[in-house]
Amino acid sequence: MLAPARELGMQLMAGSKTHDYHILPPDIVPLVTTIGALTFTTGMVLFMHDMAGGKVVPWAGLAILLASMYAWFSKIVGEAKAGDHTPVVQLHQRYGMILFIASEVMFFVGWFWAFFDFSLFPSELAKVVGGHWPLKTMDAVLDPFDLPLLNTLILLCSGTTVTWAHHCLIHGDRDGLKKGLWLTILLGMLFTSLQAYEYAHAPFPFGKNTYGSAFYMATGFHGFHVIVGTIFLAVCLKRAYNGDFTPKQHFGFEAAAWYWHFVDVVWLFLFVCIYVWGNWGFPVD
Amino acid sequence: MASIPHDDFLAHDDGHSHHDHDHKPGFFARWFMSTNHKDIGTLYLIFAICAGLIGGAISGMMRAELAHPGIQYLGFFATHIFGQTNPSFDQTLHLWNVLITAHGLIMVFFMVMPAMIGGFGNWFVPLMIGAPDMAFPRMNNISFWLTVAGFCSLMISPFMPGGTGNGAGIGWTAYAPLSTTGSPGPAVDFAIFSLHLAGAGSIMGAINFITTIFNMRAPGMTLHKMPLFVWSVLVTAFLLLLALPVLAAAITMLITDRNFHTTFFDPAGGGDPILFQHLFWFFGHPEVYIMILPGFGMISQIVSTFSKKPVFGYLGMAYAMVAIGVVGFVVWAHHMYTTGLSEDVKMYFTTATMIIAVPTGIKIFSWIATMWGGSISFKSPMVWAMGFIFLFTVGGVTGVVLANGGIDDNLQDTYYVVGHFHYVLSLGAVTSLFAGFYYWFPKMSGRWHSELLAHVHFWVFFIGVNMVFFPMHFLGMQGMPRRYPDYAPAFEKWNHLSTVGYMVMSVSIVIFLINIAYAFIAGKKAAGNYWGEGATTLEWTLSSPPPFHQFETLPVIGDDHHH
Repeated sequence: MLAPARELGMQLMAGSKTHDYHILPPDIVPLVTTIGALTFTTGMVLFMHDMAGGKVVPWAGLAILLASMYAWFSKIVGEAKAGDHTPVVQLHQRYGMILFIASEVMFFVGWFWAFFDFSLFPSELAKVVGGHWPLKTMDAVLDPFDLPLLNTLILLCSGTTVTWAHHCLIHGDRDGLKKGLWLTILLGMLFTSLQAYEYAHAPFPFGKNTYGSAFYMATGFHGFHVIVGTIFLAVCLKRAYNGDFTPKQHFGFEAAAWYWHFVDVVWLFLFVCIYVWGNWGFPVD
Repeated sequence: MASIPHDDFLAHDDGHSHHDHDHKPGFFARWFMSTNHKDIGTLYLIFAICAGLIGGAISGMMRAELAHPGIQYLGFFATHIFGQTNPSFDQTLHLWNVLITAHGLIMVFFMVMPAMIGGFGNWFVPLMIGAPDMAFPRMNNISFWLTVAGFCSLMISPFMPGGTGNGAGIGWTAYAPLSTTGSPGPAVDFAIFSLHLAGAGSIMGAINFITTIFNMRAPGMTLHKMPLFVWSVLVTAFLLLLALPVLAAAITMLITDRNFHTTFFDPAGGGDPILFQHLFWFFGHPEVYIMILPGFGMISQIVSTFSKKPVFGYLGMAYAMVAIGVVGFVVWAHHMYTTGLSEDVKMYFTTATMIIAVPTGIKIFSWIATMWGGSISFKSPMVWAMGFIFLFTVGGVTGVVLANGGIDDNLQDTYYVVGHFHYVLSLGAVTSLFAGFYYWFPKMSGRWHSELLAHVHFWVFFIGVNMVFFPMHFLGMQGMPRRYPDYAPAFEKWNHLSTVGYMVMSVSIVIFLINIAYAFIAGKKAAGNYWGEGATTLEWTLSSPPPFHQFETLPVIGDDHHH
């Protein structure tokens, strides 16, 4: 699908490129994003060690990071509208997103590795563990068939609503697209709220021992990914209201949906392994 | 966004008849905002050379200290280079740990990886597959800048409190509890975040390379017609993509153990320091292949070019790299034989590790078979490549020795291990980098280096590095432990020789820098295909340097094309 702007550009560049790849002009955003990232990590060190600037610099870094990401993704959307995303460029984006999700899977492999190390081989030496998982010194764990099961259903349900939205988009039902996205985002926010409620009322603290470390870091990173996925879907919703996406070309939406399904699958593994199997037979709160 | 505003930046070049004014952006836009794979490759190479000089200077400090038993220079370095006032004896000893940590991290993450993948990968993957650029030119740029940001974070750390003294003295492996309760200061957090930043850049680079290689090959270039250097970068990119996130998880656990009261690696809370080693080496072993595979690819191109024959056993060469990459993921615990693994586990890891010698052997013998019966011209890249084959084989053979769990019980943490991995890296990976540099430098710059100086560089380097590292095998067999600034007087002879070797090696680096300067000041202009009939890959169909945007009309690969 060629937008008029692209055709104009092609004429101006006549005798130049004859391929469909996307050649980009120089761009300052990557350097600014990097400065944001370095400011953020440096600020985090200052914060963690109670040094001067520790309360300000991380926020400054985060602000630069978020602003430059906004600028970056806005450019991509603009280029899509200008017709720069030829079929082969869209294929690049699909490969890129799949590979990014593959790397994310490996990140979670690290956290599951820690969980299985601690749960399959609970320390005999540490008094707090007592060779038992969940730990001998713990009074209770979260009941997997209470809020966690509800959260599982919420996420699975959100997987169907995002598919509904996709189906509507493909069939030109813009109203259904918006409804499906609204529902998915609300279900995502409901999930995050229930997780926050659960954290606030959990019968064991963050850190201090292997249970509190593995549980909160694994589910916490998942929660962070849910928030990122929700924002991604919210951007898609805004774009839907702006009139973006066609039944043939809507990779921004598909990428958000893929990411959402990935987040969903990670949760299923967390639920089955950490909440159900890991807590099996232990008193619940 | 219309293409009109872009137009100022785009080259008006037909891709074949190169003319000098092909509308490059201005200085700042070109080098700080680059979306051009060749310029980003150049930035990576310049960065890698600078980082390599810093990492090499740190080796010099260590070799000076090790020239004689006793503590000689550490106090001097602490006060005069690192600006510490009246450091205690323990603080000067801590500087030793800081030096080995910085040397390892700089050479791995900021010299070899940026040069091989960022530098040569960026420059030549698109050229060799007939693509106009990388798949994601803007992401390519942030991959580079994140590497620089990581380096900045690492360079801050020696001037911050670490453990006993200033700086992160945790080793490049950052084992807990030395990296957690053993080093509470901010220096270690700066070093850890340095890996987060550089790692994020590398993951994005890996995504970029895989996408580019799968989707942007010129019409007719099937995977089985792809040059072996491109194969090597493809396998490397998959290793990066799957291994680095596990490191990210592991070092994030370090951060939370250090600062937020988690107990992943703290036995008092039930945690497991060995868990860190598993996570680290699950990344760390693929990482050593990440550092050597692109070297394999470059050596294949060079040996083929200067033997004027297609490489022997092309498909075997390609799939040997795939095999090394796959098996490389299931051998990690051979770095951990003395951590209390059961005998069964040690036997598995010994066997799996030795299996890697098979595809590696395929590569070595295929290089030799490529030369066999070839019309060999001993140009500088070929001499470097033959040096690589010899030196890497020495490192590979000592690797088979160390793969044995039983033998490693004795050699673990001795200088034998230091000798082994420097033969595969400093003498293997770095030699392949110089081979690639002399092979492609005129292509990249358009100017000839001095072939005479390149040969002198090789021989001085070859003699120097062998003097540095070969004696380390003897020291290790005699039981000298690694990572100490002092040693028993009985070890003095070989240590002294090793330090003299360092001086010889550093002369070769000066020759290298003079050679680059010579090329830019007085070097002759290079033709498009300056190596002649043996150079058959697509970069040789372009001018030297290639136009700012090449292949504006894609080349078509015929059925008779060979690699």
